[in-house]
This record gives sequence, structure tokens and C-alpha cells, in this order.
Amino acid sequence: MSSAVATPVPEVEIPSIPLAEIAPWALFFGLLGTLVLFFISADQGAISLPAGTAIHEWVHDGRHLLGYPCH
Amino acid sequence: MTARSFLVRGLVVGLLAGLASFLVAYTVGEPQVDVAISLEESAPAGATTEADDGHTHSHADDGDAEEGVTEVGRGTQRTWGLLTGTLAVGVALGGIVGLVAAATVGRLGRLTPRQSTATVSAIGFTSFALVPFLKYPATPPAVGSGDTIGDRTAWYFGLVLLSVVVAVLATLVAVRLAETYGAFTGVVGGAGLYVAAMALTALLLPTVNEVGAFPADTLWYFRLSSLLTLATLWTAIGVGLTGVVGRLHERSVAAQSRRELAASL
Repeated sequence: MSSAVATPVPEVEIPSIPLAEIAPWALFFGLLGTLVLFFISADQGAISLPAGTAIHEWVHDGRHLLGYPCH
Repeated sequence: MTARSFLVRGLVVGLLAGLASFLVAYTVGEPQVDVAISLEESAPAGATTEADDGHTHSHADDGDAEEGVTEVGRGTQRTWGLLTGTLAVGVALGGIVGLVAAATVGRLGRLTPRQSTATVSAIGFTSFALVPFLKYPATPPAVGSGDTIGDRTAWYFGLVLLSVVVAVLATLVAVRLAETYGAFTGVVGGAGLYVAAMALTALLLPTVNEVGAFPADTLWYFRLSSLLTLATLWTAIGVGLTGVVGRLHERSVAAQSRRELAASL
């Protein structure tokens, strides 16, 4: 059974995407996604941009059920 | 396989995941939100911890003429409002998870694109949703003081940020350890590092307990439904993205082998 030890793990080549190619997408969408998450999860709670309660009121139930501190 | 192909797939899968989490939240969560709001309404003035924070649950007979307060009816909040929230969060998270999956393809040891995408989704759910929930669980309406919302928001998002950063670092450590000591040591080492760091963080961060006399059964059902909503969102993103990334990889492998065959002729 010692022959099993000698069997090398086959080298499977997995292509990776160059990070330089991902960086602009990550920067742009990372900012956009964070902005969306901010407006849904936190705006007009502790911080208000813009002032008022319209966004807070509209996404109120989502904020509670997705686990964000609402009020 | 390009960054764009991952992002587009992440956005579409995220949209569908948002829809799935809306269905779960609407079915199991909304009844508990309604109970919590009716408790808040029926409580005598000043009896709840949330007596006067300028926040309303939108009832025409409130007589709230406060400047800048916009009221959205409960019927809208529990349907279109909830749908807006879950779809937007689904799309945003789906896109971000898609791009992170793109960056990890071929970089997590010998994991295939399908395996690395599933790993990214699982780490995402744990670090972005589950661990923050364990320290600062979701609170139903009527629980939570308006005076502490600033602190609670800062602690919650501080914990989320730290949890995600520590998860990324722990994953890098796990990959390095696996190269030298094997996959078992790598995974256990990385996961252990994350758990130890987050346990220490959770011990050091302040505990929030503003439940007061809120009924325990409603609180439990609400928190369970909130966790189910989050689990649905992340499971749908993880399973959906893993599926489409797997197909994307198979197609690119097939195209590559066709090119090689053509070149050899």
C-alpha cells in the first residue's frame, strides 16, 4: 500500500483574474454598494443625509428585520 | 472569466436573493413587527423606553405635525418599504460578493472557482451578518432608546467593519498556513484566529440591553425571523453565485480546450 503515498497530487491549474483588472470595478462598485447599504441601513437614524425621516420611514421594516439599529 | 462577468452575475443573483429574503421577512417577520408596534401603541405614555425620539410608526391620528417628519403608512412600510430594503441590500451585497469571488478565484489554495465562491459567501455571511447579530441582535420596534441610537449605530457598524477586516486577514493567514502545513491546519488556524479575535472584541465592546418589559416570546420570534431573513439572503447569494460561477468556469474551460484543439490541428 506504500505506492499510494508516492502518488503526487495532480496539479490542477486554476486561472485567476489579475487584481489590476478587478481594482477599478472594486473601487467603483465598492463605493456604490457601500453608499446603497448606508442609505438602507443607517441614514436618518444616527446620521441624516438629507435631513428628514422619509428614507428612514420608507425602509423602516427592512432595517429592523435585516438587523440594523433602527431607532 | 472577467471582473465584469462576476459583477453582473453577482448583481442578478443579489436581486433574486433580495426577493427571496423579502418573502421570508414578509411571511415570518412582519407578524412580529406588527405585534411589537401594537405593544408600543398600547403602552401608556412614557412607559416604553422609546417615549420621545421623534420617531413615529405612521398613524394619521398621531397628530404629529413636527417639521420634517414624513409619514409612511404601515401598509406601505410592510410591503413596498420592506421590498425596497431587501432588494437594495441584496443587489449591493450580491455585487460586492461577486467581485470578492472574482478576486479569490485561483487564490485560495487549490479550490476551484465554484469552491472558492462558496467559501467567500460563507465567510461573508459569518463576518457581515452572523457575528454582528450575535453581539448586537436585531431589535423590534418599541425596543431601543432614542437617546442611545448614535452609540448603538457606531458600535454595530464598528463591529461589522472589524469583523470583515479580521475575516479577510484570517483568510490570508489560512491560505499561507495551508501552503506549508496543509489544508486542515490552515483552515483551523485561520478560523481559530477569527473566532479568538472576535470573541475578544465582543467582550470589550459595550453590551446593549434595552429590552425592559418587552415580552420575551415576541422578542425571540422577532430575532429568529430576522436571522432567518439574513440567512435566506446570504444562502441565496451563496448558492446562486456558486452555481453561475461554476457554469462560467466550465464554459471558459471548454472554450480554452476548443482553442487548444484548433491550434493543434
